[in-house]
Amino acid sequence: MSLALDERWAPRFPKVGVLPGFGITMGFTITYLSLIVLIPLGVLVWRAAGLGLGGLWAVATTPRVLAALQTSFGLSALAVLANAFFGLVVAWVLTRYDFAGRRLLDAAVDLPFALPTAVAGIALAALYAPNGWLGALAAPYGLKIAFTPAGIFIALVFIGLPFVVRTVQPVLQDLDRELEEASATLGAGRWQTVWRVVLPALAPALLTGVALAFARAVGEYGSVIFIAGNIPFKSEIAPLLIVAQLEQFNYAGAAAIATIMLLVSFVILLAINLLQAASRRRFGDV
Amino acid sequence: MNITRRFLVGSAAALGLSSGSAATRAQTPAPVVLTNVSYDPTRELYRALNDDFAKAWLASTGQKVTIRTSHGGSGKQARSVIDGLEADVVTLALAGDIDAIARESGKLPADWQKRLPNNSAPYTSTIVFVVRKGNPKGIKDWPDLARPGIGVVTPNPKTSGGARWNYLAAWAFELDRTKGDETAARTFVQSIYRNVSVLDSGARGATTTFTQRGIGDVLIAWENDAFLALQEFGADKFDIVVLPFSILAEPPVALVDGVVDKRGTRKVAEAYLQYLFTPPAQKIIAANYYRPFKPEAATSEDLARFPKIRLVTVDQVFGGWAKAQPTHFDDGGVFDQIYRPGGPATR
Repeated sequence: MSLALDERWAPRFPKVGVLPGFGITMGFTITYLSLIVLIPLGVLVWRAAGLGLGGLWAVATTPRVLAALQTSFGLSALAVLANAFFGLVVAWVLTRYDFAGRRLLDAAVDLPFALPTAVAGIALAALYAPNGWLGALAAPYGLKIAFTPAGIFIALVFIGLPFVVRTVQPVLQDLDRELEEASATLGAGRWQTVWRVVLPALAPALLTGVALAFARAVGEYGSVIFIAGNIPFKSEIAPLLIVAQLEQFNYAGAAAIATIMLLVSFVILLAINLLQAASRRRFGDV
Repeated sequence: MNITRRFLVGSAAALGLSSGSAATRAQTPAPVVLTNVSYDPTRELYRALNDDFAKAWLASTGQKVTIRTSHGGSGKQARSVIDGLEADVVTLALAGDIDAIARESGKLPADWQKRLPNNSAPYTSTIVFVVRKGNPKGIKDWPDLARPGIGVVTPNPKTSGGARWNYLAAWAFELDRTKGDETAARTFVQSIYRNVSVLDSGARGATTTFTQRGIGDVLIAWENDAFLALQEFGADKFDIVVLPFSILAEPPVALVDGVVDKRGTRKVAEAYLQYLFTPPAQKIIAANYYRPFKPEAATSEDLARFPKIRLVTVDQVFGGWAKAQPTHFDDGGVFDQIYRPGGPATR
């Protein structure tokens, strides 16, 4: 009886539980989140609010800003797609096979996390410039990588990779092999097993990784700036426009572009979250 | 590390003094730290000047002075000062940035530029071209930059003070050639930017792109940075093109009254700025490839490096930075109009 009651009330009073200390930890959480996230973002929006909605719209629809937003979000999406596929492959290889140097390779995945982004940008620019090792290979075919949108794409793939690998890896590790064996005994082919058993189980984790990598890529400045070329309407990212506005002491303009980016990112992350929830409902938690 | 140690020693000395007698205080004044907020290519210059000034100041007053210099894009540096970075003195790439500090923060008076000799510019420089060894594309003068097929490297004038000088020099050249045709000047500058494939955010970044990444046929650069690049990356790889016509860049220096009065460093900070105009400092300035305000103080071999170029000033051609900045570089200004969708520079 009491159990049934508890269950009925649980959704409305989630704090009814056996764990003590809800009040103090919740208070701490709210204070901490406010100091670290909510207040800074509030100040940002407040700065931009000085322009009013009309002003914000005017900034957002400047052709130059539109082009930069398109570059930033478009290339981030492409980079994330690439990472979703190759990240999955990397995670698969690292968890499913045992080979010499696996641990080293595993550690190397984290390097983009650890490296200062400016260093990564300079290294990539040196490598992909027409006189760099890889750039020189592409140059005879008239392909330019560094200082074009392709360069931005490469930098974004670089910084995004660990997010996908590190979110997918533990789930893949915990995935019951018996599921795959069962699928095989029931007559599924290899691809059918991967497509209908393994991938659905990985989907929520993969989406989390994709969301993280995407959020990181959209805001990335340090590594991109060295390899982008930064030509308006071609290879100019939105964060650079924000910096340019700051250089002109136009704080409201900078905050306006930032707020627009924040809104777009929020909508996209929300969409990814909904997708994730849907896939969880469909395939259940793993 | 060094700064921390000095700071600790300084604090210890200060504590000792406050408990000591008035007599000791007169004998050994407490060490002082000055902050000089400067622009990108002055690293080597101020390293030399700071050492020399510290020695002279110690000898004449017995006070130990440490000068910390911070470097970066001129506009960014100005913004840090506006946002509260405690700079005793600012030594930036153009007067417009110090004007902005005066306007936005009120930490120094609007007429700051009149307080020191030579419009507060202890050194000047100009804009030159750096080309690949032997000048394979035959780049000799400004019109060569607008030729189709020439790769030009220059930083973004929105973020780099040096790039603004580059842009204005090109504009002034065409204005001079056509006897004041603004439309021609705009078309000319547009065709130059059509040849630009990388817009770095600062002068040093552009130098790296040209020298290390092998991008472009010509780098538009500060004269002092061009000499440094040659020294650093090899005179066997690059040549400097001496132009018949260029712009006189006057990077000014200023005392930040609001900061020195708060920190009690006015006396030493003023002495530091005045020192920059003295013969010993002028000699160091010339040795670091800047054009000295008093050439008579420099050695003749240093001076021999500065060819006679016809130089015009921003005041003569553009009516000063207060006019040039909004017309050309603010949002919607001429530079933004050059980069329009389907505009001439975007192809």
